Amino acid sequence: MSANQTPSAPAPGNDSGLAEVPAAAIGTGEPEPVAAPGILKSIVRRPATIAAGVFLLVLTFIAIFAPALAPYDPDVQNLLLRLRPPNAEHWLGTDDYGRDVLSRLIFGARVSLWAALQAAAVALVLGLPLGMIAGYRGGWVDAILTRIMDALMSAPSLVLAITIVAVLGAGITNAMLAIGLVMAPRFFRVARAGTMDVRHETYIEASIALGCSTLRIAVRHVLPNVLPPIILVISVSLGTAVAAEASLSFLGLGVQAPAASWGSMLSTASSNMRLAPYLVWPPGVMIFLAVLAFTYVGDGVRRALVRTRSGN
Amino acid sequence: MARETAPAGTRTDATGGTADLLRVENLSVEFPSPSGGWQTTVQDVSFSLKPGGSMALVGESGSGKTVTSIAVMGLTGATGGRIASGRIVFDGVDLTAGTQKQWRDLRGPGMGMIFQQPIRSLNPAYTVGDQIAESVRKHLGMNRKQARARAVEMLDMVQIPRAAQRIDDYPHAFSGGMCQRVMIAMVMACNPRLLIADEPTTALDVTVQERILELLRDLQEQTGVALLFVSHDLAVVAELCRDVVVMYAGEVAENAPSEQLFFHPRHPYTSGLIGSIPKPGLSTDRRLRAIPGGIPAPGAWPHGCRFSSRCEFAVPGRCDVAHPGLVRLDGAAEHHARCVRAAELSLDGVTV
Repeated sequence: MSANQTPSAPAPGNDSGLAEVPAAAIGTGEPEPVAAPGILKSIVRRPATIAAGVFLLVLTFIAIFAPALAPYDPDVQNLLLRLRPPNAEHWLGTDDYGRDVLSRLIFGARVSLWAALQAAAVALVLGLPLGMIAGYRGGWVDAILTRIMDALMSAPSLVLAITIVAVLGAGITNAMLAIGLVMAPRFFRVARAGTMDVRHETYIEASIALGCSTLRIAVRHVLPNVLPPIILVISVSLGTAVAAEASLSFLGLGVQAPAASWGSMLSTASSNMRLAPYLVWPPGVMIFLAVLAFTYVGDGVRRALVRTRSGN
Repeated sequence: MARETAPAGTRTDATGGTADLLRVENLSVEFPSPSGGWQTTVQDVSFSLKPGGSMALVGESGSGKTVTSIAVMGLTGATGGRIASGRIVFDGVDLTAGTQKQWRDLRGPGMGMIFQQPIRSLNPAYTVGDQIAESVRKHLGMNRKQARARAVEMLDMVQIPRAAQRIDDYPHAFSGGMCQRVMIAMVMACNPRLLIADEPTTALDVTVQERILELLRDLQEQTGVALLFVSHDLAVVAELCRDVVVMYAGEVAENAPSEQLFFHPRHPYTSGLIGSIPKPGLSTDRRLRAIPGGIPAPGAWPHGCRFSSRCEFAVPGRCDVAHPGLVRLDGAAEHHARCVRAAELSLDGVTV
């Protein structure tokens, strides 16, 4: 069992003869922090996690206010200014249709983040409840659901996503649906394990004996145990989804022209590699940084979890 | 804390006496056996409990007392077993014939249960006030503020000092005895009519145990809740319960008002249990009596009387031939024993 159930408090397992009275006295003392504040504090102590978090916040801000921030319309072509290297007017240069790369990069952040969010949401909505059902119910329900998820997990994810897009048709939403489906088993497994962890705790039994419905028990007593590791999975999945979206868009299966995403910009850049090598850098660096940031945030959450769970 | 519902909820049966709050009739419970099929763990158990009454289910580990109490709560399915036959009638309603939902709606306002390990019965992630308030808000439809007030009131009722401050503490800041008080507060907050206590003091040391028993007694007086007390400890039972059901190997061995049972046991097993209570000071050189052997596992129950292999009074040819029934004994009202020699044996009870 996790340290969650056995907090660092004065081991209450067996009373000494006088336990009743001192226990009351202890109560005046500082209330021990519960999981959440401890996790936050632990995250705050790691500069890499902070930097990654700040970067992601800035990125989100840029994505939300893209129309206000971008110096040009990202889709307006100016064929007289094709493939210009970075200059005072166009800080990151222009692409093969004379569109402003900086503006496209800013709008691309929007597409990439939104797509990643969609994929992670699909995976979460599929994986979390199914995992909790499997973990709570056990037996044949668990067996069937786990087999399905194992099968999904054993398929190479990008190939599976390409197949799904081929069936449903190209487009960013379909692509993210596919990525989300492929990522669902991660959520499933973590939710299932977290549920099984507490399933047979006496306080669950006590709640049943108090007349709580299964749904209520799931939300109130099981979910809090499942959620922290799920947050970690969300963070890592967002990183994966950014990379997956870029891959699919690079292949032309994701975002459709003329809309920009980092993947499709990379694709444009690669076909003009010889004439304008500088075009590769902006989307490439952004993809790299975004994935790295998500991973760092995830890692920070994981470390914090391990630390709070192991007692300090 | 007078309970308003008690008089209204009490029904009167044809004979004019108060009707039973809980009646268990010929209950049999089965669990899947490792070799496939179903294994009977509790067989043909019957007893009844009046509103405000107190009854103890007594027996060794594995005698089926917990399985029986779980069945009364309607949680047999949740533990993987099933009720094979028999009825559980609560307040005149046959629950075994009803739906699971009907049973669930009763848990909380109708019947509540406290468990052996109080610390593990509380979710470490919520304050005790939160956990008491949860059941109140669900069952009594109170808002947040009312529920909080009710939680303080309940903590006060279970005699936790400075209830208003302690309500925001997490369970780990409480000792085992305090946690059990919190559990009792949680269950009693919904005004149940039946409280099932499954070895509530086993995990606690003796002084704390005594105080919890006192608390249960007080609560019974104050609220009129009926108590079904599951225990292996006869000494505890003697203090607390009016009636005792002794279980052995999944069935009722003896069933009597506690005074009757303790002073005039009619089943050798009961007598053996009483004899194995240590009595300090009486005679220090006296060896503590023990019942030889162990309780047979379900499926390995002996053919005749299930206690015969361990019984010092067993007579070959009589005790190991046919399974004895539970017989009502002459001269003693409400006294039943499952022993073919009940009438002829003179057994030791409590010696004063």
